[in-house]
Amino acid sequence: MGEFFRVLTDNGQLFVDGFTNTVKLFLIAAVGSLVLGTLLGAMRVSPVPALRSFGATYVNLVRNTPLTLVFAFLVFAVPKLDVNIDYFASAAIALTVYTSAFVCEVIRSGVNTVAAGQAEAARALGMTFGQVLTLIVLPQALRAMVPPMMSVFIAMLKNTTIAAGFSVLEAGAIPAYMAERGEPQFAVLLWITIGFLILILPLVALQRFLERKWRVAR
Amino acid sequence: MNDVTTGEPLIVLDAVNKWFGPLHVLDDVSLSVGRGEVVVVIGPSGSGKSTLCRAINRLEPINSGTITFDGQPLPAEGKPLAKLRSEVGMVFQSFNLFAHKTILENVTLGPVKVRKEKPAAARERGLALLDRVGIANQADKFPAQLSGGQQQRAAIARALAMQPKAMLFDEPTSALDPEMVGEVLDVMTALARDGMTMVVVTHEMGFARHAANRVIFMADGKLVEDASPAEFFENPRSDRAKDFLSKILTH
Repeated sequence: MGEFFRVLTDNGQLFVDGFTNTVKLFLIAAVGSLVLGTLLGAMRVSPVPALRSFGATYVNLVRNTPLTLVFAFLVFAVPKLDVNIDYFASAAIALTVYTSAFVCEVIRSGVNTVAAGQAEAARALGMTFGQVLTLIVLPQALRAMVPPMMSVFIAMLKNTTIAAGFSVLEAGAIPAYMAERGEPQFAVLLWITIGFLILILPLVALQRFLERKWRVAR
Repeated sequence: MNDVTTGEPLIVLDAVNKWFGPLHVLDDVSLSVGRGEVVVVIGPSGSGKSTLCRAINRLEPINSGTITFDGQPLPAEGKPLAKLRSEVGMVFQSFNLFAHKTILENVTLGPVKVRKEKPAAARERGLALLDRVGIANQADKFPAQLSGGQQQRAAIARALAMQPKAMLFDEPTSALDPEMVGEVLDVMTALARDGMTMVVVTHEMGFARHAANRVIFMADGKLVEDASPAEFFENPRSDRAKDFLSKILTH
């Protein structure tokens, strides 16, 4: 047992650095994919056919590409276009691009839970598409979106570990460093698992809070 | 009731056609509704009467023909269409009150967000309208807390809050329990008496008889009869109308 704790205390800085980058990646990609995913979701329910097909194409293309490939495209292919971005930025963009497709589908399924008559009544009052969406449909869709949205974000938090394969020091990269230091792998993996559990708990709490908050709002 | 209207008609449909796939829901429909006129549309289910009503504010686009409102052809989309819709009140069979807003918010949302009115002014008129339809004491409740009749009256107030030039009613009492039909029809009758231009799709023959200036009878997407209520109910010309009336009036 002492050995188990020693693994953490001896390598504390590495764990702190790793998980700090994990949290940074997560926060950047969460905000980015929420914005991009909402825009894509709006496109998919918009009355403009060109926007609808763009949204659908994006989702089908990106959602069906393995995340590792999305990373590889950004890390290896984009610099060939004479665009210079570092590995961390590439990883953040890859995660955002990929997660947006899932966020878009959560938004769309949430929108579909709102009775069509709600949007129709809003249009009949003379509201524009943007007003119908932001004033009437999305506020009522939020409640249904919370559980699947949290699942998407929890999955994304764990997906950050793929960045380790592309030279970003985050939690997923810790085992490789620890192997070089000759630390027992089993203890290392357990500590990383515990780290992710600690990160995910606030998300679960947030989900509960939002579900409760929006349950009474009708 | 005044049965002569003045000036150019407010709503004009000319040779309007619409298909749902192979189904010809509006078959060469022409109709004009004068200012202040109350037109009741009746007919068997599937006759196209709801589609006709919804076509007037373009909730249903049409395939051919023209619809003009207040001298202007209906805009196809975008801001001009939104502006037109803000001038035409619509009341739905299933009320469609915004479930996440209070009754008063339902009534003030359009004036504030679409008409850009000051919230205080919209609130004042909203409360007056709720009082007019008899539910001022429900202003701070959510739609789900009201009875069907109260919800439909709130929906009428919501439409009136936009100060529309005309009101469309798409089977406003069909989803109501029988004891609540009267309270909604009373509000509509008062509105008709105040000179509002109204197109009302309904199965309420009593309302058609005493509140309408004209009765339109539709069957299979066609406008079959267009007559005064007395003429239509006493002496229908078409067999379809006679058949329809015999079915609903014998019960």
